[in-house]
Amino acid sequence: MKAKRMLKLFAVLFAMTLTAAACGSGDSTSTTTSECGSDLAVAAGESVTDLSVALVAPSAKDDVAFTQSMVDSLTRLGIEPQITDGTFVVEEAAAAIRGYAEDGIDIIVAHGTQYGGSLAEIAPDFPETSFIWGTSADNQGIANVFAYYPEADQGGYVNGLIAASIAGADGIGVVGPVEAGDAVAYIEGFTLGAEAGGSSTSIVYTNSFSDVALATTTAEAHAANGVAVLTGTSQSAVGAVNVATANDLPWFGTQSNTEAWSSDLTVASQVYHWDVVLADMIEKIEGGTLGGEAMALTLENGGLVMEFNGCYDLDSSVKSDAEAAIADIIAGEIVTK
Amino acid sequence: MSQFFTVSVLVATLATAIKFAVPYLLAALGETIGQRSGVLNLGVDGTMLLGAFGGYYTVIQTGSHLQGILVGLGIGLAVGIVYAYVTVFLHAQQGISGIGIFLFGLGFSDLLFQELVGTPKPIRPLPTLDKLPGVGRIFEPLVDIDIVGPLLFDHNLMTYMAFLLVPATTWLLMKTTFGMNVRAVGENPQAADSLGVSVAKTRFIAILIGSSLAGIAGATLSLQLAIFQHNLTNGIGFIAVALVYFGAWRPRWVMAGALLYGLVTATRIRWQSLDIIPQGASDIAAMAPAIITILALVLLASRVRGPAALTRPFSRH
Repeated sequence: MKAKRMLKLFAVLFAMTLTAAACGSGDSTSTTTSECGSDLAVAAGESVTDLSVALVAPSAKDDVAFTQSMVDSLTRLGIEPQITDGTFVVEEAAAAIRGYAEDGIDIIVAHGTQYGGSLAEIAPDFPETSFIWGTSADNQGIANVFAYYPEADQGGYVNGLIAASIAGADGIGVVGPVEAGDAVAYIEGFTLGAEAGGSSTSIVYTNSFSDVALATTTAEAHAANGVAVLTGTSQSAVGAVNVATANDLPWFGTQSNTEAWSSDLTVASQVYHWDVVLADMIEKIEGGTLGGEAMALTLENGGLVMEFNGCYDLDSSVKSDAEAAIADIIAGEIVTK
Repeated sequence: MSQFFTVSVLVATLATAIKFAVPYLLAALGETIGQRSGVLNLGVDGTMLLGAFGGYYTVIQTGSHLQGILVGLGIGLAVGIVYAYVTVFLHAQQGISGIGIFLFGLGFSDLLFQELVGTPKPIRPLPTLDKLPGVGRIFEPLVDIDIVGPLLFDHNLMTYMAFLLVPATTWLLMKTTFGMNVRAVGENPQAADSLGVSVAKTRFIAILIGSSLAGIAGATLSLQLAIFQHNLTNGIGFIAVALVYFGAWRPRWVMAGALLYGLVTATRIRWQSLDIIPQGASDIAAMAPAIITILALVLLASRVRGPAALTRPFSRH
């Protein structure tokens, strides 16, 4: 009897050890480290659906930012969508969305918060089509619309914490685009992380998602003020990355992996893996549910992945602290907003 | 506020303003010549975009900034030939054909970028004078001079070219036969024609010069920023056209407008980075450069009349 109890205890302890080992591993779903010099191109996964998919997005499909994060996510799901990109003008996007719906496309991804008003008009006209729209935490109560959004403050916090360990009292310059959406969430989370790490942020919103010249000038102002680290978001951030490179300042990215812009100075990027929520949505669509809810990307569900740059020599203790912070965020012990 | 009024911050802000003003100035000087001949070109932004991509792609392929600028010039020239033919010989409505050039430039530059480059790939930025091969050693000590160094010597060659073009454009317009012809066909093409001045030829050449400068402005922008992406100019060409109006068609006032716009932008960003402007006011702050520049130049130029024949096609019949 005693031996049986001991065996049970041993089995439980063994299972707990395995679980702890899995959670503590650097290769958990919420962090990865790239191999220095490796190709960043996303490999196509096995197709998860036979349904036809189209994507309408505001910036270029390979912008190393918001739009590319969606294209990469669809690629991981083995989906080759029809794409209309560069539709900063909402009317153009609305025409493309309606056009795809009229052509009988099964799933239309409207990848821009600003498309919400157009979708509210278009989606009810095509009840057999499923529209996937973001970023938004609300599907506007439309039965055939799924909404998605990133809890960007979570990865922002982790980036901020790491950045603080590098910047210290010199502070961190933040190049923000428009004061809205996931940009604000990222920057607010980043600031909390930086403060928790004992540093501070200087934030400038350029009021444009695409003005590279303004992003460049802003980053130059930060550099002239003596900051030790830069971060930023949106496709205009490429201008800030160039300033980081010119001034040898470490850079923290978000949305997509920005190593493509700066392979040496990108420390880490919070990468949006929309495929996590897209896979759920597609499964529901195939089951006959065309919409009706909003889904979030989080560190917990693997939708937000912290990608460390293998080319950047980050202190292992800092990386361990970051991974501990990720675990605490997932456990709800660290609040990031 | 006190942290802004330190020598180093003020000098850095002024230096940023000068750099920021360069593409505006180049494009606006070219547009000044065109408008003085009576031709409004709303396609400046599109020409800049094509020049920006051409310059950027050339640097990717060859590594040569000089070739990049020359390609920008060539693209501007080619677009200018099309625009001049349409407006001067086909007598097309200038506003509409200019918008056509803009839309073409916006779409075609993006198409070429997607097909030939794809992901935005940073290039080596235009070097400042002290980093130029060969002559760099001459300028190195100058850059280190307090205040004057960063303000006057820490710029790339295109910055000096842009500001040297201000007196050159004034000289061209005011002191040469061609400039006199440009002004004449811009004021009264019928009278100029009756005196034997070829209105078509004069306007054609003025458009080519203006468009070439727009192409150079675009190439300078992408090489300064060391990147190209969709709609890189973000309306710089349209602001340049406005600067010509508000600068009263005078090169030195146009320069003043470009510098003022750059200075207000640089100051706004510096104030935000120093937390002098609260984050919540970023929307209002973003409008400041346009509003202040327009107010200043309207006050300055309100008593000056523009070319009388501006936007009017000329035909003998």
